[in-house]
Amino acid sequence: MNIHEYQAKAILRHFGVPVPEGHVVYNSNSARDWARRLGEGPWAVKAQIHAGGRGKGGGVKIAKTADEVKKFARDMFGMTLVTHQTGPEGKIVKRVLIESGCNIADEFYISFLVDRATDKVTLMASAEGGMDIEEVAAKTPEKIFFEAVDPVVGLTAFQARKVGFKLGFGFAQVKQAVPLLMNLYKAFVETDCALLEINPLVLTGEGNLICLDAKINLDDNALFRHLRIRDLRDYDEEDMMEIEASQYDLSYIALDGNIGCMVNGAGLAMATMDIIKHYGGDPANFLDVGGGATIERVTEAFKIILSDSKVEGILVNIFGGIMKCDVIATGVIEGAKQLGVKVPLVVRLEGTNVELGKKMLAESGLNIVSADGMADAAEKIVKAVKG
Amino acid sequence: MSILVDKNTKVITQGITGSTGLFHAQGARDYGTKMVGGVTPGKGGTKIDGFPIFNTVEDAVKETGATASVIYVPPIGSADAIMEAVEAGIELVICITEGVPVLDMVKVQKYMEGKNCRLVGPNCPGVITPGECKIGIMPGYIHKPGPVGVVSRSGTLTYEAVWQLTTRNIGQTTCVGIGGDPVNGTSHLDVLKMFENDPATEAIIMIGEIGGDAEEQAAAFVRDHMTKPVAAFIAGATAPSGKRMGHAGAIISGGKGDAASKKAFLRECGVSVADSPAEMAQALLKIWQP
Repeated sequence: MNIHEYQAKAILRHFGVPVPEGHVVYNSNSARDWARRLGEGPWAVKAQIHAGGRGKGGGVKIAKTADEVKKFARDMFGMTLVTHQTGPEGKIVKRVLIESGCNIADEFYISFLVDRATDKVTLMASAEGGMDIEEVAAKTPEKIFFEAVDPVVGLTAFQARKVGFKLGFGFAQVKQAVPLLMNLYKAFVETDCALLEINPLVLTGEGNLICLDAKINLDDNALFRHLRIRDLRDYDEEDMMEIEASQYDLSYIALDGNIGCMVNGAGLAMATMDIIKHYGGDPANFLDVGGGATIERVTEAFKIILSDSKVEGILVNIFGGIMKCDVIATGVIEGAKQLGVKVPLVVRLEGTNVELGKKMLAESGLNIVSADGMADAAEKIVKAVKG
Repeated sequence: MSILVDKNTKVITQGITGSTGLFHAQGARDYGTKMVGGVTPGKGGTKIDGFPIFNTVEDAVKETGATASVIYVPPIGSADAIMEAVEAGIELVICITEGVPVLDMVKVQKYMEGKNCRLVGPNCPGVITPGECKIGIMPGYIHKPGPVGVVSRSGTLTYEAVWQLTTRNIGQTTCVGIGGDPVNGTSHLDVLKMFENDPATEAIIMIGEIGGDAEEQAAAFVRDHMTKPVAAFIAGATAPSGKRMGHAGAIISGGKGDAASKKAFLRECGVSVADSPAEMAQALLKIWQP
């Protein structure tokens, strides 16, 4: 789960990590009020959306007067911000963060994540702050430093010092960096982050380190033990149908194509998208109904696909294991009964109770094209959609 | 021969009194697996459908001589269940549970260092040696004893590969689902090493996904050390960047871990790569005949 920058900074502040003073606002008048309350300018006015690259799209401005804060905030509210991470449709700005500005002398990059190669939380650091880190990694990998953290002892002071010296800090900054990095690690493990990124970490003209930006992505699987953090979920940032799907424990991601897919298992669902593309079609979504789906969940899944206006054909691809084919058949028939099926529907069933499932579909009166195997199914639906 | 499990493997189920645990314990027993009991704290000394229940894994091992354990405990207790099995001297722990917090697994991996135990999973379908031993949630009937080893991150996509083999009358030595989580016990590479050393395994199908570099590491081993033919499929060629496709592993960012670069590297290493998931068995048959 992603959270907003201002929420991430509130978490970091709680763990004793230095972040700028600031406040989130929902209209331009309170933007000006909060700017005055924060003290003297300049101030940063930052659009809060779940995507990076906001600056280039006009989502980050520096204001010199409180009236300018109000003006910038007014311009941002309701604007559709398009960045390289939002997709072409962009995101509408509904929250704006007002922050005290700071005097930037130098910028650095810091992140923590779980490294799959070592199975450990790893600290990544670079003196190339403010840059796209993936670009740095691709072009100059020697400019990124790594410290793998032992889960028993946590990030140690010597590791933090090492990183500080490698970043070129003077000893005064190294002494600041040690608690800063150790507290970031603490925040990472105690809130079950999947990614914690500070880009940039700033060295101010006064010689202080401060986290100017913060991005936190939380491990969805651990939200059950962080109920207050779970409440930070911002539904405005998500696709309507993805929210609908998540309420039924369905894993659903909207895509740009016109062939709706319903599949069981993440791997098979990805492979189904791949094979549709292989035969020249375009999937409209990724949808994994999961292993232990009930008839109700399958029905809802099928209804979500049916209600997607860009869907011009549907492919159901099920390899039943725990999932029984008759449950799928019942859900498909029920969903079709409720909403009607106006587009071609190809169904491929295999696995547990396959004969029963096929029989139910055949007797349902629905106009279903049945398929043998994935290739046959993909070929048939692509052909049906192209007409 | 086979890897990991055979007809003599004695298995206990942790979380046997939950509906999922019991259902699959029964299914495994029906398949012929030596399911010797289960563990549910507080229910020790009782029985469920003929399975003796123990309070601790230690008790279960002492009484039954089990060397393998399968875990259906909910995510909140999965890491603890794995460590309990390790501590009790279980040699093979298979964790089926989906949704285990990744930092719990980081601790488990540290805990397992130096211990004589192999973990498969979590978030995996399990392990099956057809005709001998089924541990996990895969449908038994699609498998058939034979010479091909199968290893995969995905559950249903493994069934797909197995079915393509079985319908061509080609059986399997052992099929291993290693699970889709970013931190897990057994890698593609671990399983390839075992297949290479297993005399009964003649050829291998490896199924990977976008994200990470586990498939690349496995491919480098194929190039440098393997004598047996390997075919592969990489799922997620059409997955959009930055989106999580159900499996935490299946996420790509900035071109790293994408399907095209994985496939290209696998081919360089001499692996026969299927472009379509419907052609996994054909890809193997291009380089190997049973």
